[in-house]
Amino acid sequence: MKALLQPHRMVMIALAAAFVIWCALALRWDWVLSVNPDTGKYVYLTLAAQGIWRTIWILIVTATLGFVFAIPLGLAQAIGPWYFSYPARWFCTLIRGTPLLLQLWLIYYGLGSLFPSIPGIRDSWMWPYLRQAWPYAVIALTFSFAGYEGEVMRGAFKGVPRGQLEAARAFGMPSFTILRRIWLPLAIQRALPTLGGETVLQLKATPLVATITVIDIYSVASRVRRDLLITYEPLLLLALIYLILTGIIVLAFRWLERRVPTRVA
Amino acid sequence: MEPLIASSTLADMAGLLALSPPGWGGTLLHGLANSIVIALGAFGFGLILGTLGAYGKLYGGPVVRDLMAVYTTLVRAVPDLVLILALNFAGVDLFNQLMLSLGYDRVQPNGLILGILVLGVVQGAYSTEVIRGAILAVPPGQIEAARAYGMPTLLQMRRVTLPLMLSNAIPGMANLWLIATKDTALLALVSVKELTLMTQQAAATTKAYFTFFLAAGLLYLLISLVSERLFALLERRARRGQPSLNVDG
Repeated sequence: MKALLQPHRMVMIALAAAFVIWCALALRWDWVLSVNPDTGKYVYLTLAAQGIWRTIWILIVTATLGFVFAIPLGLAQAIGPWYFSYPARWFCTLIRGTPLLLQLWLIYYGLGSLFPSIPGIRDSWMWPYLRQAWPYAVIALTFSFAGYEGEVMRGAFKGVPRGQLEAARAFGMPSFTILRRIWLPLAIQRALPTLGGETVLQLKATPLVATITVIDIYSVASRVRRDLLITYEPLLLLALIYLILTGIIVLAFRWLERRVPTRVA
Repeated sequence: MEPLIASSTLADMAGLLALSPPGWGGTLLHGLANSIVIALGAFGFGLILGTLGAYGKLYGGPVVRDLMAVYTTLVRAVPDLVLILALNFAGVDLFNQLMLSLGYDRVQPNGLILGILVLGVVQGAYSTEVIRGAILAVPPGQIEAARAYGMPTLLQMRRVTLPLMLSNAIPGMANLWLIATKDTALLALVSVKELTLMTQQAAATTKAYFTFFLAAGLLYLLISLVSERLFALLERRARRGQPSLNVDG
């Protein structure tokens, strides 16, 4: 509280408050609460809620799945024999060396244009999913997260002190138990600050799915801009929503980090 | 299956990627050149902003420090795509209103310049942190010695701080350069004629999505691999004369 009461900060807070008040008074906000006369429901509020929800679940699903893939990728690069470590390293290089937008379009347009030519696929159970856009978005974002995190986990696995693993082996633990009880938890603990940063980056990558017709919050804001021909209002709201989501991620990771007891020298 | 295999033979791929007009190779290379120009410009602009930002954060007064903190936090928390959109629509709109109020005509800014400005502002926030960290890693005695000799600030910066921090900053800068090259792809969404947009147009016209996206992917990968090499050489040069640390992992 004391930090906020310095004179220059009070001036800055006052300026920020003035900006917010100016935005509230000078810009158009009536559309936020506009109601569809036929159904009696909020038009843009409903859309925005659905968009935020879609952004959040895409983030959670792809980050979780991507992390699950990153563990074997990191292990393969850290200790694997060459026939595991080479493909893993190439996968990470490929993902990290090309833009996500290109990967997304390659999977959506490329695979998407290939699937219909496979005989019999239209009758299979997969077809209803293959016709939608979100499975492609989830695949592309998962691969991307796995590629970046594989590299992080490689370093984290290598950074775990040898003595811990030797002690586990001396107790006669089987290798999988060592991985599950000792190696992975210690590696995750080392990687947590990086993982937090990467999760924020993943949130910032989610609006790309709007380019393949998945309706996330970014796509809702674009629609408001096109529908009502207003530029500033949806952009400001959108930036605010991403700021809040980023804040939540940062706080969540700080909480996780604090749960792990570490000795600070 | 038959028509698919026939349509994607190597000969057809070579035809599609030929440099002269029936093929789209020339268009892709033109896009690649634009992408590289934008990435170079944004990287350079970002380094200038980053150096100013780092000096502001380290040596500035309380107001400058807080303003820098607001800049880096905002830019790093809002998606690049939203920032690009904001500068593309709102920024150009504000600029035009300013031009009109000064009695000039509206201008539609060049895509390349717009791309460089937007990505440069984004890069600036990240490189502020990279350069700040690198300056902090310079042994303080070196800077104090320069100050004790009465070196003026700019000379001190040019002769002591910047050369000494360079070896610490290069790994982070290499990362930023790779981000810059990949972020140019986002400009496709505001119709800047860079590699990804050209690829998309070629692919949509010919329906050969795989051929073109893979070709563009290879070009991006080539940039990444070549620049990784270059930055490794650069770091070796910046570290010449320093004892090797032999840090593993």
